[in-house]
Amino acid sequence: MDIKENLKTIIDSNEICLFMKGVPEAPQCGFSMAVSNILKVLNVNFKGINVLENESMRQAIKEYSDWPTIPQLYIKGEFVGGCDIVKEMFESGELKKLLIKKELV
Amino acid sequence: MALSIEEIKKLIIESIPDATIEIKDLVGDSNHYSAKIISKIFNGKSRIEQHKMVYKSLKGKMGNELHALSITTEGK
Repeated sequence: MDIKENLKTIIDSNEICLFMKGVPEAPQCGFSMAVSNILKVLNVNFKGINVLENESMRQAIKEYSDWPTIPQLYIKGEFVGGCDIVKEMFESGELKKLLIKKELV
Repeated sequence: MALSIEEIKKLIIESIPDATIEIKDLVGDSNHYSAKIISKIFNGKSRIEQHKMVYKSLKGKMGNELHALSITTEGK
C-alpha cells in the first residue's frame, strides 16, 4: 500500500491517534511524552504511532498536515495540533470539551 | 547547526513585520527555545493557521536546524 493511503487508513480507523517519537509506554522525546501524558490524564484510548520506526511515515505525516514537527494529534480524522496547541487546549479545558463533543469521553 | 535568538527573530520579522517577539533559550543550549509572537496577521486565524505562519517564516528550519521551538501566538 502507498504510504499516503496507509496514513489515511490509520487516521480514519482510529478515533484518536498520536504520531509520536517512541510509544505511549516509553516516549522518546519530551514533547511526545507531554501529549501522551495529557491523553492518559484525560483517560482516553488512543493509538500511538511511533514515527521513529518508519522514516517514510515520518516524512509523509509532515506533508499530510503541512506541519513540520512531531508529535501530531488527530481526533476523528481532524488534525488538532502539535505539543504547544494540545497543551494550551488541555490547560484551558478546550481539549476536554472537544473530546466530549466528539463523544470520546 | 543551531540558530541564535537573533537569527530566529530576523526570520520571523521578515515574514511578519509587525510582530512583537519574545524568545527564551530554555536550557541555554541554543537549541531549545520558546517564543511568544504577537501580530495583527493572527487575528481571526485558528491556532493551527497561526503556528503554520510562524513555521513558514522559519523557511523549513523548524524540525531541522531548529530542533525545539515552543510557540505561543496572539493577535493584537
